[in-house]
Amino acid sequence: MNALLEATGLHLRFGAVRALDDVAVSIWPGEVVAIVGESGSGKSSLLRVLAGMQRAHAGRVLYRDAAGATHGILDASDAALRRLMRSDWGFVHQNARDALRMEVSAGGNVGERLMAAGQRHYGNIREVAAHWLERVEMDPARIDETPKNFSGGMQQRLQIARTLVTNPRLVFMDEPTGGLDVSVQARLLDLIRGLVADLGLAVLLVTHDIAAARLLAHRIMVMRHGQVVEEGLTDRVLDDPRHPYTQLLVSSVLAA
Amino acid sequence: MIMLQTEALAKSFTLHLQGGVAIPVLRDVSLTLCAGECVALAGPSGAGKSTLMRCLYGNYGADAGRILLRHGGALVDIAQADARLMREVRRDTLGYVSQFLRVIPRVATLDIVAEPMRARGVPADEARARAAALLTRLNMPPALHGLPPATFSGGEQQRVNLARGFAAGHPVLLLDEPTASLDTGNADVVIALIAEARAAGCAIIGIFHDVAVRDRVADRLFQVQPVYEPA
Repeated sequence: MNALLEATGLHLRFGAVRALDDVAVSIWPGEVVAIVGESGSGKSSLLRVLAGMQRAHAGRVLYRDAAGATHGILDASDAALRRLMRSDWGFVHQNARDALRMEVSAGGNVGERLMAAGQRHYGNIREVAAHWLERVEMDPARIDETPKNFSGGMQQRLQIARTLVTNPRLVFMDEPTGGLDVSVQARLLDLIRGLVADLGLAVLLVTHDIAAARLLAHRIMVMRHGQVVEEGLTDRVLDDPRHPYTQLLVSSVLAA
Repeated sequence: MIMLQTEALAKSFTLHLQGGVAIPVLRDVSLTLCAGECVALAGPSGAGKSTLMRCLYGNYGADAGRILLRHGGALVDIAQADARLMREVRRDTLGYVSQFLRVIPRVATLDIVAEPMRARGVPADEARARAAALLTRLNMPPALHGLPPATFSGGEQQRVNLARGFAAGHPVLLLDEPTASLDTGNADVVIALIAEARAAGCAIIGIFHDVAVRDRVADRLFQVQPVYEPA
């Protein structure tokens, strides 16, 4: 078995700010890796670089596809990246409005990804879309409504259905529960946890929510000032934090 | 057959938020556990029994020494294992019953218990049937099996935890105060479960607050010595 995605020596600067300072990451099939850290730690930049949405100034990102062929992500063409994003990858944005088409029906939002992946039979597409609405705990009767009418939590669940409908191997998630009410967050986290386990997905999850990382991730990476200061098994890092910054992060969480 | 062996294991905590004060907890711990054996950790409160247990499970990282575990037919030093190997070790070889159940919102009791079996490839129906049988044996009525344990009492949560720990049949089991919040009847069930697991070759390390329970299940004691800093 080999890593799905492997990055080494990543550097990225925004002016004087080091967003990434010699970062290395690998993720294996079926593994959920959380990247945690405060705002400005570089965690979202890292996700965007790994997903080919932002070019790093130095380093290497290799993706291994199902056939075993490796793809260099940093020098991949836009067309090649679009192809990966349509087939092998998924990206869940913090704001569902960045991913959904608000004037298109819920079923259309899900079906569109299937059509982009090459499916043409309308009846099948609609059936699969309805099935996915159910999997994300939405009433399939609302398949023809546009997401404008949906609550924030529902929009986020629709985005997840749209992302997972094409059976991606690797899913990038950028603060998927950010900006939602706590009760909505809990439901969404549990939904993600169940889907990820059932589908055996590999997930790179960026979050500042330590409890979400504990619930979802097998492994955790702690970032600060563009560097990974600590990483390891999730419960090891959170229960026995070694780095001063990790200790601060863990001790700052309020127990409910 | 040796299942678990520590060599000169040491663990301390450095509290960076408290001026970097270092608290040594374990020093030079060398312990051996064979298949079918039950060893009880002994020592005063604060001696480091739970810390040792957590080091063995990989929940705390050891500072020095080796933790050799028989995994996949060979002795593997899990003190050096990376996160992926440690997950595999926990799935296939090493079980742990903590003192407190970490409740996952919305997940039914039956699925919490069945999950380690599912992870080891047991078919869903079989895993759930075995989970239900174990829960029932621990006096958890079937009416509770479909509920998430968030609202359960401490004793009920502990029994869910125990069912989950014993269900998967790991060859090495770590038990941290498994009978602490149980009544006598349920403690007797746990004592029977320990005896059955040992008869099947399972190697067990436990912390037992209750001396009567300890004397019934353990072959021998392992003294965890408090580490005193020289003045």
